[in-house]
Amino acid sequence: MAEKSYRDAIKDALREEMKRDERVFIMGEEVGVWGGTYAVTRGLHDEFGDKRVRDTPIAEAVIVGAAIGAAMGGLRPVAELMTINFSLVAIDQIVNNASKMYYMFGGQFNCPVVIRTPAGWGQLAATHSQSFEAWYASLPGLIVAMPGTPYDAKGLLKSALRSNNPVMFIEHARLYGVTGQVPDGEYFVPFGKSDVKRAGKDVTIVTYSRMLHVSLAAAAKLAQEGIEAEVIDLRTLRPLDMNPVIESVKKTHRALIVEEDWVSCGMGAEIVARIAKDAFDYLDAPVERLGAIEVPMPYSKPLELMALPEEKHVIAAVKQMIA
Amino acid sequence: MATNVLLPALGFDMTSGAVARWLKKEGDAVREGEPIAEVDTEKATVEIPAFATGVLQKILVPAGQNVPVGTTIAIVGAPGETSAMSVSPKSNAPVATAPTQVSETKSQPSNGDSWVKASPVARRIAEVEGVNLADVAGTGPNGRIIQRDVEAYLTRRPSGVPAPAMSVAPRAPVAPTPTSPPSSLLAGEGRREEVALSRIRQAIARRMTESKTTVPHFYVTFEINMTDAMKMREQLNNLASAEDKISVNDLVVAAAAKTLKKWRTFNASFRGDKLELHGDINIGVAVALDDGLITPVLHHADQKSLKELARDTKALVERTRANKMRADDLTGGTFSVSNLGMYGVEEFSAIIVPPEAAILAVSAIIKKPSVIGEQIQIAQMMKATISVDHRVADGAQAAQFMRDLKALLENPVNLLID
Repeated sequence: MAEKSYRDAIKDALREEMKRDERVFIMGEEVGVWGGTYAVTRGLHDEFGDKRVRDTPIAEAVIVGAAIGAAMGGLRPVAELMTINFSLVAIDQIVNNASKMYYMFGGQFNCPVVIRTPAGWGQLAATHSQSFEAWYASLPGLIVAMPGTPYDAKGLLKSALRSNNPVMFIEHARLYGVTGQVPDGEYFVPFGKSDVKRAGKDVTIVTYSRMLHVSLAAAAKLAQEGIEAEVIDLRTLRPLDMNPVIESVKKTHRALIVEEDWVSCGMGAEIVARIAKDAFDYLDAPVERLGAIEVPMPYSKPLELMALPEEKHVIAAVKQMIA
Repeated sequence: MATNVLLPALGFDMTSGAVARWLKKEGDAVREGEPIAEVDTEKATVEIPAFATGVLQKILVPAGQNVPVGTTIAIVGAPGETSAMSVSPKSNAPVATAPTQVSETKSQPSNGDSWVKASPVARRIAEVEGVNLADVAGTGPNGRIIQRDVEAYLTRRPSGVPAPAMSVAPRAPVAPTPTSPPSSLLAGEGRREEVALSRIRQAIARRMTESKTTVPHFYVTFEINMTDAMKMREQLNNLASAEDKISVNDLVVAAAAKTLKKWRTFNASFRGDKLELHGDINIGVAVALDDGLITPVLHHADQKSLKELARDTKALVERTRANKMRADDLTGGTFSVSNLGMYGVEEFSAIIVPPEAAILAVSAIIKKPSVIGEQIQIAQMMKATISVDHRVADGAQAAQFMRDLKALLENPVNLLID
């Protein structure tokens, strides 16, 4: 097994699927000659040529719309949006076309489009530092994957590229450089399977994407103080697999949800509701949520960092729940 | 005029109950005093009588539905009277539960104060282990009872009180619960099994815990020479018909009733800042049933002759065993007698039935060598232990009570005269 970056794990999935299936092609802003804003597609233009790695104008509605049309026509497009913030321009295509196509045409058309887009922050200020995964996870008809590790990124993207349904594949700008073990051969991570990334008995931390790493780091520190946190990575937000979470809460009797998004009406709200319904009798404390401070993201780096949850916040929240 | 039939309080702590069975149908004629329904309480099934003669016009609460004490459960009208309810458009509306007869022990209002703050998992463990959360101190945020508190309570639970390996039955529609333990429990297969508590078991658990934790008990034991009393009993029973035969228990109850007349402190209730000395002497007689213990009450025990006492007690015990108790049978007790003599028990002490002040535990009569005068003789000796609420009376008073009781039983002819 090789140690690979999140970026290279995604590129591996793209390359493998493009080699295997000539219907797979990539389109987006700067994905071709430049190799992608976050260098995910670097080298693929040389390898697969203009036709299969296509640069597009700065027009997200067109990118997603054209990809949906291509998918309906029998191809397997990967539309890259430079950031999820720009998906707002294409939101009508995503909400009204991609997610509903199969239903609206009575199953006559599939829509096997994969929309790859990074979320998150990094001194890009208020309009360029958002997540929106909860918006997309609220849409029936759309699969929403948000992997936290290189292993899951490759396995989930391969599942996305094989899926006949539209997939919102949300990466995190701050994870591209993160490395991890990625098997050389072909493998798949299925949608709707949450993963216990660390076992523990005292508290259940439910998280995904970059906050997985923050939570794991916090859990390691907590373990030094004798508090064993179980960390569960949701991996896909729709379909949402709550089984490992419920099983874990039955064991630990406490749950903390850690997300980078704003707390109000976010993924955490959905998770809390499901815990309350399916594990109510097992709770020993109110379910807690930790997320970003609910302000537009500041551009100033110190202020930006202040707005985001960190390891110390997770540790403090867990200790307060256990006290 | 139509009369409302209200759900009576059958016991001082009863707050709600369900009609187990209606003995009359709508339209049936009923006579005052005639049983019209059986009511399930935590203690037993009790017949309730019609309070007026007439026609059962309307049954407002169907069998099985639990309602608060004081709820109008039926309407009895005068013979020939048109049902007031049948012309009312609201006749089928749910019954207003506002009690027209205010019960002394209304349930606590569900305001913040009476709500025990406990986490769901703490509640779950408490339910499974049969822990009353009111007994547990909360150490969680804002005093919430959390898992560790219930677990700590369980480890502190006195070893004499084994953790019940049974769960509390949900407040389900009342049905007679199986009374004998499942055979597999007896077989000792080493398998843990949960047995739902019958309502009577739940009531005993609650009441006895309340008694032992809130009433400071002390005990005084006397040994009583019953030789003469047994001789007298034999003579009386030789003359009596079967239903008038006197038991040892009858002698003890008669002696207790007489002694209570002199020592009124033991026929009392502790009421916070005062003592309530009861006017009547109503003696509860502990009766063992298959699924628990009931203490039906023998009213005005001090005013009955030995023969009446024997006859009434027999009838009371029979009604209890047959689950045919009357409302009266369960209420108004002022003192209790618990007798395990028939099992050969040599000595025991009983738990006071609140709000009574004392209970007398009577053991078996055993032939023993006793010093009578300057000689050793074989005498029929019986141990009796009084458990007393120390808030009501002290040891010296209890000793005098027991001394008088002993004197009565050792000179039993005094039981026959006033």
